[in-house]
Amino acid sequence: MTAPIEVTGSDAEAQPEAVLAGIDRKAIQGRSLWQIAWLRLKRDKVALIGGGIVVFLILVAIFGPFLVQDPNVFHQNLNDPTFNRPKYGFWHSGISGDHWLGVEPSNGRDMLARIVHGARVSLLVAFCATLLSVVIGVVLGVVAGYFGGWVDTIISRAMDVFLAFPLLLFAIALVGVLADASVFGLSGNGLRIWVLMFVIGFFNWPYIGRIIRGQTLSLREREFVDAARSMGAGSFYILFRELLPNLVAPILVYSTLLIPTNILFEAALSFLGVGVIPPKPSWGGMLSQAVSTYSVAPMFMVIPGLAIFITVLAFNLFGDGLRDALDPRAK
Amino acid sequence: MGPFNVLAYIIRRLIGAVLMLLLVSLVTFGIFFWMPKLAGQTTDQIAASYVGKAPTAEAIAATKERLHLDQPVVLQYGHYLKGIVAGQDFKAGPEVDHCPAPCLGYSFRTSQPVLPQLIDRAPATLSLAAGAALLWLVSGVTIGVLSALRRGSFLDRAAMVIALGGVSLPIYFTGLLSLAIFSYNLKIFPGGGSYRPFSEDPLHWFESLVLPWVTLAFLYAAMYARLTRAGMLETLGEDYIRTARAKGLPEKTVITKHALRSSLTPILTVFGLDLGLLLGGAVLTENTFSIPGLGQLAIAAINGGDLPVVLGVTLLAATFVVLLNLVVDVLYAAIDPRVRLG
Repeated sequence: MTAPIEVTGSDAEAQPEAVLAGIDRKAIQGRSLWQIAWLRLKRDKVALIGGGIVVFLILVAIFGPFLVQDPNVFHQNLNDPTFNRPKYGFWHSGISGDHWLGVEPSNGRDMLARIVHGARVSLLVAFCATLLSVVIGVVLGVVAGYFGGWVDTIISRAMDVFLAFPLLLFAIALVGVLADASVFGLSGNGLRIWVLMFVIGFFNWPYIGRIIRGQTLSLREREFVDAARSMGAGSFYILFRELLPNLVAPILVYSTLLIPTNILFEAALSFLGVGVIPPKPSWGGMLSQAVSTYSVAPMFMVIPGLAIFITVLAFNLFGDGLRDALDPRAK
Repeated sequence: MGPFNVLAYIIRRLIGAVLMLLLVSLVTFGIFFWMPKLAGQTTDQIAASYVGKAPTAEAIAATKERLHLDQPVVLQYGHYLKGIVAGQDFKAGPEVDHCPAPCLGYSFRTSQPVLPQLIDRAPATLSLAAGAALLWLVSGVTIGVLSALRRGSFLDRAAMVIALGGVSLPIYFTGLLSLAIFSYNLKIFPGGGSYRPFSEDPLHWFESLVLPWVTLAFLYAAMYARLTRAGMLETLGEDYIRTARAKGLPEKTVITKHALRSSLTPILTVFGLDLGLLLGGAVLTENTFSIPGLGQLAIAAINGGDLPVVLGVTLLAATFVVLLNLVVDVLYAAIDPRVRLG
């Protein structure tokens, strides 16, 4: 990709010939796309905050579970049996020095621990599912866009079929069928997490596939592809060494924006009771428990909801900023 | 483009739609009948899972025969398709139940035909989806257009911040929040599970659907506002807009006739897809507000391993998606003069 040459300093502006001759080397700088993107991103405070939260959440998901209490220990002494809600804390949240985010109604398990453990499941599933979608989508998108003809027709039709699937219903059915079985020696939540990753990832590829196909369609007409071909490069080489590096920017942007979608998807499945099942903590599962308790213990609903909201928002903010920063048309 | 071309196009698309539905049904069927076999279950075990609690040997054998479980999956699928086209006979003990076309089979759990169950649940989903769609289309597009026209203004920024929040909020969270605030605390609207059919009590029907409509519409309106704004901004930068302004057209005409028209086409595509998916069961919203629609039916069927019902809902949902896509594509030609049906 070409990068605009940025001329700084009034001397250079006044003396284009001198610049062309390369006399004043410090005044002229060719910047790569990534340098420009980074400069733009640095100026975008909102995106940086989003990115900061994303990094923090990833750290929480990796190291958090080692730092918090056991998420499955009951503290029933903190429960008010009359209303079946925590005795202490505002809005009957159970928030105290020992339990920073309170405890859940009835069993009194520590909310902070459950949120942190939930973050690990949520991010793990979302990241792996995104990776799967991106790999399938990029490979098929590039192949469809580059080869055209019947290859393109088949892949494009397949995308249409996938887009017509009632995705959520389908995912529910698939997880429901697979999750009770025992496959490859896995069962229970271990298997469920793999099934979730696979199902979410496998059905989301057409979205990124379409974008990559469109980009490839225009890229393949460019001179550098002709040049490579005239030098005897094979299709495989052109696809993965010439075209793919030019697609890194859209791939990165749409991956970043696909992650929050997948976080919501996983939470939705767990909310409906077909994702991760108790006692393993998950944000969607906690919200589904909160359906029956929100009237007496509203904080039990608010905390996992906010966890999902903040996570998804942070990824969206960062992804939007990244898209603006990498968009060659933007100023 | 003559009317004949339009007809030929519609027929070609209809054939494509049928092929797509065949694929959807094949995959769904495969998931329930072929996957368990792959996972190592015997036909006896599969049949037992459809008999219910404490299955007897005879019941298992009867189920196996009734559902043709001992036959290859392809043949079982053939029986299913035959049922849709020509109806199907089921052996229930000494008697034979005839299920007229389009037959979607009998529920394993309730032994009732599937189609009437779907028809029974459809109005609730339809009420929910149609009301919400109207709300989000009008509000989302209006906000998006206004934001694009007043780019950088306070209204634009506020709307976009709220919209970004809106797309980041899961419906089951906003739904529960709205129930907690407007139903439980303020007692303005009835709580979850209060849905009544329109034919029984129109006023109650409306009241019980206000919260679901607004929560569902909020999520989509946020998305549509962002989409419309981006589309409008891109269109407003086009040369033909400058030309339209240069030849002295009033700004109102430029916006509505030139800019809005071409930036609406992508919105329409997304709208068709979204509405189609919702009609097949707004699973999350129905679950949060306990609305007895198709989504609730599907969840119950999946949890109970009731394949014919799951297949029925999935097929119906896919039909909505495919049909609405077709309608959208034909409408395209009406809105966007650049589009030729080809």
